[in-house]
Amino acid sequence: MDVLRFTTAGSVDDGKSTLIGRLFYDTQQIFEDKLEEIRRNTHRDDDEIELGLLTDGLRAEREQGITIDVAYRYFSTPNRKFIIADTPGHEQYTRNMVTGASTAELAVELIDARNGVIEQTRRHAFIASLLQIPYMIVAVNKMDLVDYSEERFRQIVEEFQSFSDNLDINDITFIPISALKGDNVVDPSGNMPWYNGPTLLHRLENVRPEADRNQVDFRFPVQNVIRPHQDFRGFAGQVASGKVRPGEEVLELPSKRSSHVESITTLDGDVEEAGPGDSVVISLTDEIDVSRGSMLVRSRNRPEAVTRQIDADLCWMNEEAMRQDRPYVIQHTTRRTQAYVSKVVYRTNVETFHREEADTFELNDIGRVELETADPLFIDPYKINRSTGSFILIDPDTNDTVAAGMIRGEAEDVAPFGQEEMATTTERDTSPNVVWEGLNIPRQAREEKNEHQAAVVWLTGLSGSGKSTIARTLEERLFDRDLQTMMLDGDNVRHGLCGDLGFSPNDRKENIRRVGEVARLFFEQGNVTLCTFISPYQEDRDRIRGLLPEGRFFEVHVDCPLEVCKERDTKGLYAKAEKGEIANFTGVSAPYEAPEDPEIVVHTDTDDVETCVDQIVATLEAEGIL
Amino acid sequence: MDTSKHLDWLESEAIHVIREAVAQFEKPVLMFSGGKDSLLLIHLARKAFYPGQVPFPILHVDTGHNFPETIEFRDNLMEEHDLDLIVGSVEETIASGRAKEEQGPDASRNKLQIVTLLDTIQEYGFDVALGGARRDEEKARAKERFFSHRDRFGNWDPKNQRPELWNLYNGRSKHGEHFRAFPLSNWTELDVWQYIQQEDLEIPSLYLAHERAMFERDGVLLPKSPYNELREDEEYVEKMVRFRTIGDMTCTGAVESTATTIEEVVAEVATTQKGERSARADDQRAEAAMEDRKREGYF
Repeated sequence: MDVLRFTTAGSVDDGKSTLIGRLFYDTQQIFEDKLEEIRRNTHRDDDEIELGLLTDGLRAEREQGITIDVAYRYFSTPNRKFIIADTPGHEQYTRNMVTGASTAELAVELIDARNGVIEQTRRHAFIASLLQIPYMIVAVNKMDLVDYSEERFRQIVEEFQSFSDNLDINDITFIPISALKGDNVVDPSGNMPWYNGPTLLHRLENVRPEADRNQVDFRFPVQNVIRPHQDFRGFAGQVASGKVRPGEEVLELPSKRSSHVESITTLDGDVEEAGPGDSVVISLTDEIDVSRGSMLVRSRNRPEAVTRQIDADLCWMNEEAMRQDRPYVIQHTTRRTQAYVSKVVYRTNVETFHREEADTFELNDIGRVELETADPLFIDPYKINRSTGSFILIDPDTNDTVAAGMIRGEAEDVAPFGQEEMATTTERDTSPNVVWEGLNIPRQAREEKNEHQAAVVWLTGLSGSGKSTIARTLEERLFDRDLQTMMLDGDNVRHGLCGDLGFSPNDRKENIRRVGEVARLFFEQGNVTLCTFISPYQEDRDRIRGLLPEGRFFEVHVDCPLEVCKERDTKGLYAKAEKGEIANFTGVSAPYEAPEDPEIVVHTDTDDVETCVDQIVATLEAEGIL
Repeated sequence: MDTSKHLDWLESEAIHVIREAVAQFEKPVLMFSGGKDSLLLIHLARKAFYPGQVPFPILHVDTGHNFPETIEFRDNLMEEHDLDLIVGSVEETIASGRAKEEQGPDASRNKLQIVTLLDTIQEYGFDVALGGARRDEEKARAKERFFSHRDRFGNWDPKNQRPELWNLYNGRSKHGEHFRAFPLSNWTELDVWQYIQQEDLEIPSLYLAHERAMFERDGVLLPKSPYNELREDEEYVEKMVRFRTIGDMTCTGAVESTATTIEEVVAEVATTQKGERSARADDQRAEAAMEDRKREGYF
């Protein structure tokens, strides 16, 4: 049996309590005496029992008919124990949603089929994205009240996707349910034969647990020092991420002194390996200074930064507004130090996702800030490591927890919103035709030596249209002619350079922007640079054209009808996209803008690879590149 | 059924919380009731600091109405693991006039424990008391934090709790305030029993089915004891019973059961149709009985 933690958010009206009640009821988790109590308190006209009463905890809530805090609930099936963080949905409870989301591996987003996507839906989805919950289930509830209409369900799915594209949620499953009647919650519904996806419980039981845990980067924040006698000195803690074994070299932060793991001790005996989440005691071979707040890491895999300047997303959780003129206590892993908010970069409107100018945060505000701490912290970006990327701020006077933070990285002093645009959206102001200052060897000199001109050949087209196949053959052809070449493709840049990006329109834009800059560097080095990217937006391709001197950018439209690409489906991606397993898939759930005025068009549905390559080579020759 | 993975997860989390409590506070104490949750907590505390000693004393609030089995078990446990025991006596609290014994039918010392507990905490200057409470036990506990803040009067305010995110626990307190820490928050009754089975822990004999003289009151099966008197129409009956929770003899009801081994108890708990505290007469008093007592500083 393993454990899955998930969070639910929604107002009473969405049927959240009823849904949880239904999960419990249909998995036989409700005791008879509890059922009796619920029956006593049910005031309904029909025979249904008020499943929602099962989850309404406190008296104040029963009196007001609302949920005021995060409540934790438990149920299990034979293979999995579930921990639910049940949070209210109203705006004033944003902080509770953030709290529930912080430990969740999956979020259940409830939508009332009659109302469709509402503000609260967007807010919760935004928080799930910000808190990096790996999985989301969008449960379209009350299908019984819309006659189990497939059309209505599709409408809501589309409505949701129209904004979730801008969020960072990789795995979304849409399920039409009726919590009240039990459709598709635990048992498949007979009322919706058009739906053949999983039931809610089936999905809950089958997502990969601990998907939020970083298995690679070893980080061990020390909680306590254990020193029972002269001969033993061990460091107690819970492995935040990665793994460690006896004999391995480790490095202590902040001292940066290294040692080796002597043993990993538990009451049940020494163990051969400790992994993420394990509470253990580690002893070292050398007497180095280690205390609470120290972190053991590997010498070749250190946190992204050891720094006093932090760039972070922050959710303000206190009635008293944030102040920049007083220190807070920051708690990060097992370290505590003082922190000033040195800058408010922007506030995010959690309903429109727009950035707004702000100089402070009030209760439930979310946005980006920079912090300065008294002592250095050992940080990783939250996206890469939930444990070493998170922190809380504490008011030193009241001792309240006033904010939750998700680290982006070391602060680089970005300009606040409204005063200057963000770096990533700034247009380059240097003229593309000017030779870069500071290039030791100018491109022209390289071109003379290479005996050919540099160029960027940009192949754009649908997935499966044959871009990479053509580019590979083309590059081999050029290489055989002793030309300097370089090839950039989606797979190689997404592993490293753009590994932090997803597939939302914004991330796609940023991906192409970076590729454009890299292509330009290779261009300046004198290469015929081949780029194969779906690059669906004309605007993005035009921007790259603008980076290069006239006549050096060749936009190649690798043209092939969508149907043919789908039929080829070399990577099996179309099949997945059509099942909804891949969001934002060009041609299926995201648009493709065909080039308006490309230098070259090749038709891979009618011509073979050699013919297409011939066509490109001929153009490059005609334009004097080769 | 492979049960170990979720138990490892729960164990690791609980150990983390116990270690945080010790690191963040000056004077921790562990509240021991004699029940399975608190003996589990002691086991986890030993694991948390092994090969070191448990770095805090154990506090037992003795109502004077305990089962004799509880006291015997407690003393053996302390001796076996060389633990430091402090006993707070409700009897003494009453004798000192700080609290008055409940009068009338169903009189219980349950509420009086609060006074003794808070007195003892103050007397020794404990700033955090670790307890074995679990969120699945009762609806008021579903909202409890791992680190639960109490004001100067030991009171809990469910509307004004500190948000608790990730595994970052905020135990900063002002002078005179104290905290409760609940490392077993995420455990269910079944988890506890499965873990007791996995770790092969010794448990008080009360948890296993045995013959005992019982009587029925308001649907609850109570044990014969020097502190309960039979009322009209009530009578003692020998029954095969076991207790699912352990508190005072005056209010701890039993369930009829034939489970005489831990394996049988695990099987019984996995299929039971009654809530764990359904046999607790003290919880049946009002719908919000637990919430009210918690606000005043109950365990």
